[in-house]
Amino acid sequence: MSDILTKESICVVIGASHAGVNLAFSLRKEGWEGSILLFDKDPEIPYHRPPLSKTYLSNEEVNVLKSAESYQKENINLNLGVLVRSINRTDKTIMLSDGTNQAYDKLVLATGARPIIPPISGIETATHLYPLRTAEDVGHIRNAFHTSKNKRVVILGGGYIGLETAASIKKLGGTVTVLERETRILARVTAPEMSDFFMNLHAENGVEVLTDKNVTAINGTNGVNMVICTDESQFEADIIVIGVGIRVNSELANSAGLVIENGILVDETACTNDKDIFAIGDCTFHYNPHYNRHVRLESVQNAVDQAKVAAAAICDKHPVYNTIPWFWSDQYDAKLQMVGLSEGYNETLIRKEESESTKISIWYFKDDILLAVDAINNPKAFVLGTKFIKDGSKIDKSKLVDVSVPLKPDELLFL
Amino acid sequence: MAKITFITTDNKTITLEGTSGSVMQLAVDNSVPGIDGDCGGVCSCATCHVHVAPEHQTKTGEATEIETDMLELNDYANEQSRLCCQIEISDALDGIVLQVAESD
Ligand SMILES: Cc1cc2nc3c(=O)[nH]c(=O)nc-3n(C[C@H](O)[C@H](O)[C@H](O)COP(=O)(O)OP(=O)(O)OC[C@H]3O[C@@H](n4cnc5c(N)ncnc54)[C@H](O)[C@@H]3O)c2cc1C
Ligand code: FES
Repeated sequence: MSDILTKESICVVIGASHAGVNLAFSLRKEGWEGSILLFDKDPEIPYHRPPLSKTYLSNEEVNVLKSAESYQKENINLNLGVLVRSINRTDKTIMLSDGTNQAYDKLVLATGARPIIPPISGIETATHLYPLRTAEDVGHIRNAFHTSKNKRVVILGGGYIGLETAASIKKLGGTVTVLERETRILARVTAPEMSDFFMNLHAENGVEVLTDKNVTAINGTNGVNMVICTDESQFEADIIVIGVGIRVNSELANSAGLVIENGILVDETACTNDKDIFAIGDCTFHYNPHYNRHVRLESVQNAVDQAKVAAAAICDKHPVYNTIPWFWSDQYDAKLQMVGLSEGYNETLIRKEESESTKISIWYFKDDILLAVDAINNPKAFVLGTKFIKDGSKIDKSKLVDVSVPLKPDELLFL
Repeated sequence: MAKITFITTDNKTITLEGTSGSVMQLAVDNSVPGIDGDCGGVCSCATCHVHVAPEHQTKTGEATEIETDMLELNDYANEQSRLCCQIEISDALDGIVLQVAESD
């Protein structure tokens, strides 16, 4: 039997970022008439995170997700600077940082993730060492940068956040070194050809990207940090930015007895093992029917789309989360758009629109099945890849790598 | 100051005033249905698709290559299509009418 939801029903959302905020607005679209209460420990009005590592270092205006008035207009109760301490599933209440309780009929966890601070010896002696997840973090980095004389910045981690930050700080005029532990950058997420592309791009722009650099110690004295690697190389840094990955905020869910597996486990409607509690965004481990496995994603697309699915489910519709994941990254003038999940590929094909051009796409196959596409400065490849993956189209690989054949569905498919 | 009118897919007319920023941001701030702006305006999501009436196209200018590429396989795209995160608000836009495009 489904619950009877009325004007008196309360939906409480923990976490007001991409997932939580979109959920609140989607709930209204789906016709939820009850109260909607959003809580976030961050005191800043909810904002877009992707610009933090891209443009926000130079442009101080935060890019808000929704204006303050839109929350009022939609009668969404936004509570900022409030930490949720615990969930009581028996009473259906949550406890807030000021010790008060808030009742719920439906609860949504949109708690996201936090940066990993690696256990490096001496890390506590470092000055101006920052992760990069919030507007406040970027504020610290920006201030430190502007007051620094030598402006030598060392970034730990050659993933998207590390690389985007490197590009942004270079643009501001810093001396930037990226230290990556693996043998290539972006090793976890892309093919070697992509790693090479971004290595060259950073080299051309004067950023030093070094691989095989396992940082084991930091020695901070008199405001200057010495970053020390296992191979005994050392790097002086006025500022250190940490971009080595995230840890899911699943503690609240865990202590409430919800099932956790590499994130909060949810079904195809974003529902947890408690029918009144949903989880969405970076904090979830969810089933993707297209790839026939559970995945955890760190992307705006996933946060927004799961929010829509959960909102519909809460309003007693029966949606299913079945989207092909996509992601983007901007570094210097390179615009990267990715679609699909490349894990498990056994072949990559590379298409360069013209020789020497920076319009490149990499197509990941498992035998004849297209799994994913990475497109650089090539939205056509991105949208076409999306369509092919969705449809399960059989692609003529010899035509795909032949740039005289246009990137068009009917040109590239076996008929 | 520019007055910008959106016609939603269910034919509601919403007129807003803006002074700066992108047309997408104005629409999102005022919850214009059908304009989501998921990528924050970097031409990566195509959730800000509008059609510009032909008589107003001189005001908005033409779609860039990247916009047309993003809409390449979109069933609802035509010569009037723009991604409105790529349209900057200025006085020149005053009086334009934008039809919010359908989406799946
Ligand atoms: C610098 C940076 C660049 C990025 N670039 C891109 C990009 O180019 N493309 C892309 O697709 N994605 C990008 N991402 C990833 C994207 O931002 C995330 O996937 C997205 O923010 C996930 O949204 P979320 O709402 O699930 O979680 P989060 O954004 O992590 O939000 C979770 C919120 O929950 C709050 N919270 C947690 N616990 C509690 C509690 N107990 N009480 C109260 N509040 C709580 C936190 O304060 C936080 O605001 C980037 C992320 C960062 C940090
Ligand atoms: S807002 Fe994403 S393309 Fe316009």
